[in-house]
Amino acid sequence: MSLAEPAALPVAASAPPRLLLLKRFSARFKASLPAYLLLLPSLIFLALFTYGAMGRVIVDALYQRATPKAPVRFVGFENINAVLADPAFTGAVVNNLVYAVGTAIPSIGLALLFALALSRTNAVNSVLRAALFLPVLIPMVAASALFLFIFLPNVGLLDYYIGRLLPVLPNWLGDYDIALYAIMVITIWKNAGYYMLFFLAGLQAVPEDVMEAAYLDGAGPWQRLRHIILPELKPTFLFVTVIATLNAVTQVDHVFVMTKGGPSNATNLVLFYIYQQAVEHYDIGKASAATLLTLAALMGLTALSFRTMANREGGS
Amino acid sequence: MKLIDRLFKDAPLATRGEITPKLGFALTVLLAIIWLIPFLWMGVATLRPASDGINAMAELMPSLKPTLDNVRDAWEIGDFPRYALNTTIICTGILLVQFVTITLAGFAFARLEFAGKTLIFYLFLMQLMLVPVLLIVPNLSLVAQLGLYDTLTGVMMPFFASAFGTFLMRQAFEAIPTELEDAALIDGASLFQRIRHIYVPLSMPSFSAFAIISVTSHWNDFLWPLMVINSPDKRPLTVGLSVFTATAEGTQAWGTIAAGTLMVIAPLLVTFLIFQKRFISSFVTSGIK
Repeated sequence: MSLAEPAALPVAASAPPRLLLLKRFSARFKASLPAYLLLLPSLIFLALFTYGAMGRVIVDALYQRATPKAPVRFVGFENINAVLADPAFTGAVVNNLVYAVGTAIPSIGLALLFALALSRTNAVNSVLRAALFLPVLIPMVAASALFLFIFLPNVGLLDYYIGRLLPVLPNWLGDYDIALYAIMVITIWKNAGYYMLFFLAGLQAVPEDVMEAAYLDGAGPWQRLRHIILPELKPTFLFVTVIATLNAVTQVDHVFVMTKGGPSNATNLVLFYIYQQAVEHYDIGKASAATLLTLAALMGLTALSFRTMANREGGS
Repeated sequence: MKLIDRLFKDAPLATRGEITPKLGFALTVLLAIIWLIPFLWMGVATLRPASDGINAMAELMPSLKPTLDNVRDAWEIGDFPRYALNTTIICTGILLVQFVTITLAGFAFARLEFAGKTLIFYLFLMQLMLVPVLLIVPNLSLVAQLGLYDTLTGVMMPFFASAFGTFLMRQAFEAIPTELEDAALIDGASLFQRIRHIYVPLSMPSFSAFAIISVTSHWNDFLWPLMVINSPDKRPLTVGLSVFTATAEGTQAWGTIAAGTLMVIAPLLVTFLIFQKRFISSFVTSGIK
């Protein structure tokens, strides 16, 4: 390689500049060709189902059909305005925010408790970890089938064992004020074990000698948690929060199986609203507009979290 | 108390007298038991005879006259063998195509220099940000246009390329010493031969980690197959179970629902209990999925 270079240089320098640029470009392209061919299969599917889909959402959000068979016509921002004016959509956004906060905080808190309690590896802890992890593996639909009975009024598991303590038995899934919280219980049950894994991995990074020094200085368990463990787990917290937020938007299978968004939209979440618009009302324009708004919000959120992560890495 | 002391015997000496960690541990044990109750109920209710009546349905003590009637009913009402076959086809099909696409792309990112590498890297990264589940509406129109509505291929296609898998394989390939490849190069091995005989065999742990994540996540997919599939005989397990549950709920056949749910989740649970360590470590790497 090094032998050929000195000979090639003078020839290239004497060529006209534009030709040189073209030549260099085509040479680079030729050198890159094998890589492009290897990337092609992935890029084709990404182009169809990620970038293409993204473009399609934008275009579809700008058009509307009067009836399912009628030709499309350009309506500009009408779909987006219609979605924003739809109380079912704004209700779903509010529900989704409540649902996101109400599932993320308890499941992350529980995950931290589990990880701290089970951080040392021994036979008992392994069994407990497996028990807490089991719900992560099963389909949301299967979890919903089990919880349908747990929440069943009067004869269900919850009423049978705990309901006796209450003066009035609530209808867990049928009551407008309770249904969303019942749905959140399932999500917490299903996800806490997953987040526990990340905290277990994060705890490995807590330096042993610092912990020892803290014991010797007489720092109690809360002080060690507050001043050593939690600061060390900051990246894990950030990461798990992003995943929990994404899950709060994308996991809606239990809404479909258990409540179909009811009673009167009390458990309607954004993705279920999109599904309803597309499949039940055949309104692709509105469904696309709602998708677009959700994607914009999510991308803003991920960009923000990436930036804070990058800042932290650069700063420390 | 003796038992708890034994569990904490490897804790640092200075902390063995502390009470808070023990309370935390006790709380975790309590919650782990609560976490298992839905599974316990599923097992007990599956074996409970219908003659025990609806009021005993929630009882967690197993029935004295266990029966397999519920399993038989679920087997007859729901078309579970067919659903299981469809789910198996979907998961295998996705995984096989993914293996090809992520190996090739992962190799390109790990070992080749090319123009626009950073740009293409970000193009892949975009898939992680635009969660595929959210793009169900445009992807459904595309699948319909390709003539793949109501086909298993239509269910599989959006997942054929995987940014997560590509990054995982890139990481695995970068860890392989270049000397091995140089030796093969001197022996005249072509690009594909080098990938096939050096990179792939040495990256088996990463492939199996990816396989676990890919199969469990597509085994559990629901909304997307629900939209694409119309014919009852093409339903995967999740869609089949939701239809089955809706039917059985009407007749209050909770024992049958428990049996059907058990059939759907048993394969995953058994595999998990056998390969527990593998599963846990794979799920830790799956964070960026």
